[in-house]
Amino acid sequence: MSTQTVLPIGRQYIEEAAGKKNEPSWMTEFRLQALELAGSTELPKLEKTRIDRWQLDAYGTYKSQAKLDSPEQLPAAAKQLLPEGAASGDNLIVQRNSGAVWAKLSGELAAQGVIFTDLETAVREHGDLVKPYFMSCVKPDENRLTALHAALWNGGVFLYVPKNVRIEAPLQALFLADDAEATFAPHVLIVAEANSSVAYVENYLSGDDLEMVSNGIVEVFAKPGAHVHVASVHNLGKRSTGLVYRRAIAEQDARVEWVIGELNSGNSVADIHSVLKGNGSSSDTKVISVGAGEQKMNLTTRANHFGRSTPSEMITRAVMKDEATAIINGITKIEKGATGANGEQTERVLMLSRRARGDANPILLIDEDDVKAGHAASVGQVNPEHLYYLMSRGIPKSEAHKLIVYGFLAPVISEVPLEHVRKQLQLLVERKLEQ
Amino acid sequence: MASETKFVIQGLKASIEDKEILKGIDLEINGGEVHAIMGPNGTGKSTLASAIMGHPKYEVTEGKALLNGEDLLEMEVDERARAGLFLAMQYPSEIPGVTNADFLRSAINARRGEGNEVSLIKFIRQLEAKMKELEMNPEFAHRYLNEGFSGGEKKRNEILQMMMLEPKIVILDEIDSGLDIDALKIVAAGVNSMRSEDRGFLIITHYQRLLNYIKPDFVHVMMQGRIVKSGGPELAEKLEAEGYDWIKEELGIEDETVG
Repeated sequence: MSTQTVLPIGRQYIEEAAGKKNEPSWMTEFRLQALELAGSTELPKLEKTRIDRWQLDAYGTYKSQAKLDSPEQLPAAAKQLLPEGAASGDNLIVQRNSGAVWAKLSGELAAQGVIFTDLETAVREHGDLVKPYFMSCVKPDENRLTALHAALWNGGVFLYVPKNVRIEAPLQALFLADDAEATFAPHVLIVAEANSSVAYVENYLSGDDLEMVSNGIVEVFAKPGAHVHVASVHNLGKRSTGLVYRRAIAEQDARVEWVIGELNSGNSVADIHSVLKGNGSSSDTKVISVGAGEQKMNLTTRANHFGRSTPSEMITRAVMKDEATAIINGITKIEKGATGANGEQTERVLMLSRRARGDANPILLIDEDDVKAGHAASVGQVNPEHLYYLMSRGIPKSEAHKLIVYGFLAPVISEVPLEHVRKQLQLLVERKLEQ
Repeated sequence: MASETKFVIQGLKASIEDKEILKGIDLEINGGEVHAIMGPNGTGKSTLASAIMGHPKYEVTEGKALLNGEDLLEMEVDERARAGLFLAMQYPSEIPGVTNADFLRSAINARRGEGNEVSLIKFIRQLEAKMKELEMNPEFAHRYLNEGFSGGEKKRNEILQMMMLEPKIVILDEIDSGLDIDALKIVAAGVNSMRSEDRGFLIITHYQRLLNYIKPDFVHVMMQGRIVKSGGPELAEKLEAEGYDWIKEELGIEDETVG
């Protein structure tokens, strides 16, 4: 008999919340089944990360949110995250704590059949589109965290792009947590039909004094020939626990790009996984992270090759200071039959203090002969020769140090295609490094 | 009119990992003068350059390096640079993520002080002009510092920095190594264009060839961590023609290296 786990929520929570949201019964059933699963599944086994010792109970309760009249009503810190010219609030979804407070799609995109709304609304109004995909990529039974998410996800985003529709400007979502008593568990579901193209940018934000657990999931379905770009910048505060699974399935000739800024100040687990299912599909993953204070981080990037002639690239660069620890894993898995695969990965960690810790673990699992795979991992400190060189030109030590540290992250940040995301990353990185 | 710049090295001794390399160097360089230091490998020439600049690996055990009366050896590396010292390194570092342009601008602004930063436009104009003089690909400005540069390109980048920073005392540590004759001429032209009453040069070189293009006023020979002979430009010519053996014989030296 398995040990009964005390879960942070019960059946009553789900049934009450469902009532408040006017949720279709199939979703409520789904949640209740997931809750059962949560009671009997284990926490994920993360190497060298004792997640079982983390603060994993502060899920709060479901609290419905009042809708905003305009994005102007958002707190300043959140408004800053919107790209310039976003005053109209078009192509923007905002979730505050347990639910969406703003969701607007431009008429132009709606006319092309694009759907961009919070997932709770989509479940009600586009259930036939959502149901076949929802949690079929990241499944509830994978571990206790995914099961709990399936049971209590809220707000969220549903982004649906019809065949051949190519969207130029990125669609944006803001996930803001500022109520410790409210559950925060966004679910993002992106379906890009054949030959479509879309960029989605999201920000997670919470203040340092907020004790909470964030349990988020992003699922991306890229149909044949589709191109999906996901930029995700997480900036949760010191007393938060951030958990996120991001996974994409790319079909024939589809391409998925991830640009991730893991800049939480509390403990966090992030898993970014690209499944190259169809022949010719490809993925590109870039992750930037800064660990500070006493936070513990576990960061995993994965590329799983099933189709033929599939290239994947994963780059992670992390700077660790103070007493922060990070376990950084890169897993390239090439299945039998995935001939012509080319999987590359790089993990680099820069240590700024002796008490910080960064493990870089590159892993290649290869079951096919006719493939290429490469990996590079390094953990190092600021090179004193480099400091000397910069100082020999008159640059003071602290500034030389800064140039070198920013320079470490620059090669990845400079490759981020969207300018306002680049700027955000730069700003957040600066703030964390200067703390 | 007498030069304002005066650089005096007094009794400089330096070690690396407890092994003494410089055994007491005395040298005086005034503004407007070009001094060349020659000598076979292993005699301490590069150590002299590194010790004056303050490379962390070397320990100065005795002596002073006075630039206009101020002892550089009492200062941090960056202070020495801001006081007017410049070292064109033999093996310049490659620093990823920091562009050549950003780096140079930071260096110039460090010198000018807060509130007096150089205007971006002025800086770019100056940079482009100097890069053209040195026949450097303008794209290099936006490449990461020395990354992917050939040896010759790195040396030219050192000279570019010198030209942009306008130092009082310039030490060139084997600036000619790895350069073909065309690159050598360009580098020499750059150095010569910087010769002035207020600037002194110390050129460390293994081969006399460079000195055909940068005519020295004084030539010194280093052996066993000391300056063993000094003279005018004709000394360099003699070394070119006859090698170093005659000096060793004259001074009764068997092994010219530091040992």
